[in-house]
Amino acid sequence: MLPIKHDPSPSLLRYRAERIWLRKSVRQAVRIWLPLGLASWLVIGLANNETVRAAAADTWKGLRTTVAEQPELRVESLSMPDASDDLMAQIFAVADINLPASSLDIDVARIKTAIEGLDAVKSAEVMIHPGGILEIRTTERVPTIVWRDGETLRLIDDDGKRVAILARRAARPDLPLVVGDGADRAIPEIHAMLDVLGPISARVRGFVRVGERRWDVVLDRNQTIMLPEYGGVTALRRVMAFDTSQNLLARDVEVIDMRNGDRPVLRLTDNAIEQLRVQRAYVRGEDA
Amino acid sequence: MSVNLFEMQREMRRRREAAIRRGVVGVLDIGTSKIACLILQFAPNLINEPGSDEAVTVPSMGAFRVVGVGTTRSRGVRFGEIAHMDEVEKDIRLAVQRAQKMSGLRVDDVIVAFSGGRPRSYGLSGEVNVENGEVHERDIGHAMFACDIPPYGHGRQPLHAMPVSYTLDSRAGLADPRGQIGNRLALDMHMLTVNDTVVHNLLNCIKRCDLEVAALAHSSFAAGVSSLVENEQELGAACIDMGAGSTGISVFIKKQMIYADAVRLGGDHITNDIRQALQIDGDVAERIKTLHGGVIATSSDDRELIEVPNPMSQWEDNRRHVTRSELIGVIRPRVEEILEEVRDRLDASGFDYLPSQQIVLTGGSSQILGLDDMAARILGRRCRIGRPLRVMGLPQAATGSGFAAAVGLALHASHPRDECWDYEMPHDRIGARKLRRTVRWFKDNW
Repeated sequence: MLPIKHDPSPSLLRYRAERIWLRKSVRQAVRIWLPLGLASWLVIGLANNETVRAAAADTWKGLRTTVAEQPELRVESLSMPDASDDLMAQIFAVADINLPASSLDIDVARIKTAIEGLDAVKSAEVMIHPGGILEIRTTERVPTIVWRDGETLRLIDDDGKRVAILARRAARPDLPLVVGDGADRAIPEIHAMLDVLGPISARVRGFVRVGERRWDVVLDRNQTIMLPEYGGVTALRRVMAFDTSQNLLARDVEVIDMRNGDRPVLRLTDNAIEQLRVQRAYVRGEDA
Repeated sequence: MSVNLFEMQREMRRRREAAIRRGVVGVLDIGTSKIACLILQFAPNLINEPGSDEAVTVPSMGAFRVVGVGTTRSRGVRFGEIAHMDEVEKDIRLAVQRAQKMSGLRVDDVIVAFSGGRPRSYGLSGEVNVENGEVHERDIGHAMFACDIPPYGHGRQPLHAMPVSYTLDSRAGLADPRGQIGNRLALDMHMLTVNDTVVHNLLNCIKRCDLEVAALAHSSFAAGVSSLVENEQELGAACIDMGAGSTGISVFIKKQMIYADAVRLGGDHITNDIRQALQIDGDVAERIKTLHGGVIATSSDDRELIEVPNPMSQWEDNRRHVTRSELIGVIRPRVEEILEEVRDRLDASGFDYLPSQQIVLTGGSSQILGLDDMAARILGRRCRIGRPLRVMGLPQAATGSGFAAAVGLALHASHPRDECWDYEMPHDRIGARKLRRTVRWFKDNW
């Protein structure tokens, strides 16, 4: 029995369908625009659906938690090798670190800015080491000056930045005292003056910034050295030379006015003036 | 000349040009044994003029490429005419579908060749006075219009009509008289008519396949275009296209066809003879014919046994054998009959008077062994077996002589040489027609 051969020719419908398919526009529409349209319709439809969005957010959160809870990402210990106890307490107060936590949840950049916002910290490095160690390296500001600004006593460093607020002057007797507005902007000059004042630095009670432009050096026994706006250190050096040669500062002088370098002025105490007058009269042979 | 012929030829030309401008044209050869569809892609010719910004794509006429071929067995065609419309429609669909699948392009316009319809040739001649002393296109148009058409009878219609040669005063045989000086212009024209019912059936059938007919040609003409080399077309030659249902004859000279005819005999008749003589099935007979067929017997053929399967037998020992000379004895008289018929037609056409009388045999049945020797003896002239010209992109399987008509159509579409139908005719001056023509021109161009 021979197999019945089927007619190989296409039916009219199939023939027409194939010819329609051969149209370039139809093929392009079906192959490109139709899938594109379906995909965008699906995406837009899903994105506009509240429940789908909530479910997606939940799933994302769950996924993130699963990852964050991996023991490899766990941070358990904190190391602050450079910080003093006082600073450590400040850092804990500011940085809001709750250990143990996942390294995904620790925002290193935020901690760094928070710590650097502290007065006492010059710069900080925060890093997470493998093995679950959060390390905070801090460089503290070193206070060099005590600045009395109005009623408050501040400790400031060489850059004039505030380090801390001091309760009593007696807490840091080793640091020089500075008074006056704008004093914090001229700290380097103070160090230069302290160098010059080396031999009598024990007598220095403080420095006064006058009119935000020039310095007065106040010694004990209420002696004051008034320095000019420019070349204050040089003027001080001249005063020290006087002191070495004439022993000026040990005498009964109230004010040494060096504001005009051509014409230094000494103001004596009342007592000294009286004494001077007596002695002059004596020299001239008069009665007092 | 009737206005009708002009309008028809113009319309065909216009449709074909429009199809080529669209870039993809199908060629459909509806034969008795097979239906072949070629898809031609006309190469876009980039004309980038120095002044213009964008390149204008215009398909160049000559450059085409065959991008798809589909062939299928034809089941509803007898003698090159449609006998069973549904079957032919299905076969056309199958062939077109296969070609489309191969090329990946959609075909809307097809050029169709068919071999039946009892073609008949007429020679026409017309003569006019040249108007301005110099022959213009208008004069040629008027001369064509002056041709008087013989009564070709009811139920027939012209298929081809082409001027063959021009005579200007006493100088005969001009190919193109335009621009020459003379007083009296005469032209000879060849016209081919076929049965119009055959054509209408064919058009109807193709329309049912959602295709537009861009041009219609007789396959004997198409086979001549592809099988005759340029020299033969120029000097005079006949092409005998031996198909399955009919054998077409076309005579060419000066690159124009001057005669076409068809004998309603072909390879199918040989197959039928073998069927009757050996009492076997049609496809078995076809197979035996193509494998062992021949027309000249030698002594060794007496000893060569061909196994003939017996459709009734169920056992091995029931096999039959015939000698090859017996088979040749069946084939030979039929081939002789066909060739004698062809010879009669050629004699009637005046082929004897051509300067060169080359005969080229082509078509599927021309592959019978020894046919060229036999044809030379019967037709009395040198014969050769012709294969169609090579065209770009045609697969090896479609280069055989059976594809002569299809390839010829492709060549005809790319080099039509019938611009003479666009020349101005006297009736173009009539107001209403001129208006209609203007409207059509606007429609075509915008």
